[in-house]
Amino acid sequence: MFDRRVYMSLIIMIVTVYAIRVIPFIIFRKEIKNKWIRSFLYYVPYVTLAVMTFPAILTATSSVWAGAVALAVGVIVSLISGDLFTVAISACVAVFLTELIV
Amino acid sequence: MTGLPITLKMDRKLFAKGLRDGIPISMGYLAVAFTLGIAAGNINMDALQSFFMSLGMVASAGEYAAIILIGSAAGVLEMIATTFIINLRYFLMSCSLSQKLAPDVPMWKRMLLAWFVTDELFGISSAVEGYLDPVYTYGAAVVSIAGWCLGTVLGVIAGDILPVRLASAMNVALYGMFLAIIIPPAKKSSFMAALVLISMVLSYIFSAAPLLSEISEGFRIIILTVVIAGAAAFIRPVKEGV
Repeated sequence: MFDRRVYMSLIIMIVTVYAIRVIPFIIFRKEIKNKWIRSFLYYVPYVTLAVMTFPAILTATSSVWAGAVALAVGVIVSLISGDLFTVAISACVAVFLTELIV
Repeated sequence: MTGLPITLKMDRKLFAKGLRDGIPISMGYLAVAFTLGIAAGNINMDALQSFFMSLGMVASAGEYAAIILIGSAAGVLEMIATTFIINLRYFLMSCSLSQKLAPDVPMWKRMLLAWFVTDELFGISSAVEGYLDPVYTYGAAVVSIAGWCLGTVLGVIAGDILPVRLASAMNVALYGMFLAIIIPPAKKSSFMAALVLISMVLSYIFSAAPLLSEISEGFRIIILTVVIAGAAAFIRPVKEGV
């Protein structure tokens, strides 16, 4: 009984999540001409990612200090290289080392 | 010369670039999904069910909610409504990505891309110069979703094999990537720098101020994105051809 209910629940939620993701692609097949909407959608990723990064990065690790160091290192390495992989690894190493010390 | 058609060769190269950029995402996902797997195990979901959940939903907060809903034997309407609200930000992301595709991208490619609209895959796809070729996102999705599913399954079957220290360090891989996406444009333009800074400050205020902090994280992201990006579009409309 439990197994059946789990699978039914999962199917319902999987379909719901996919619907949210796919509907915009179906509605906006053509390029939107409206200048404000185009600009708005252009700015969306930067605002969303900034909002998701801070202050969440401070609580992502086991100490606020390690999170703060990760933020600082991430920003500095982004300014220098901008390569996704390099920045991500630098932040991880910074946390690992900070947590060894703190 | 391998004799492959040019488009196929380009596709391969782009797919490979996606695979590479997917590695840090995969690491972060492995760590996050691991904790998700522990939660799923706690309500007696087995490894196969958890795998199915992670492959189908590919959503962190969304899956935590799913586990809670299944654990509490929630009704169908409650499941649909909660899933809808928690994952609503993907709607905005899909809107944004739909405008990043060349007009001739076929529908099936768009529908496959929709499956992979997560915070991180959306982030790296948005960071591509000019039009997005979905093949790049597919490459990144293969690696990262493999990490996501593997992490979930490992969490279910072996809740305590990953040392806390390592999991903690891997967690920030995702935020490191976000920074790599938002900081370089902020370096080039003071407007983008202000936009990023204002977003972070308001996000902090919303997470700490009384009353405002009652708003769930999902809604905080949606409200701030709509207000700030909306204002930015009004203040500085993007030049044509961007």
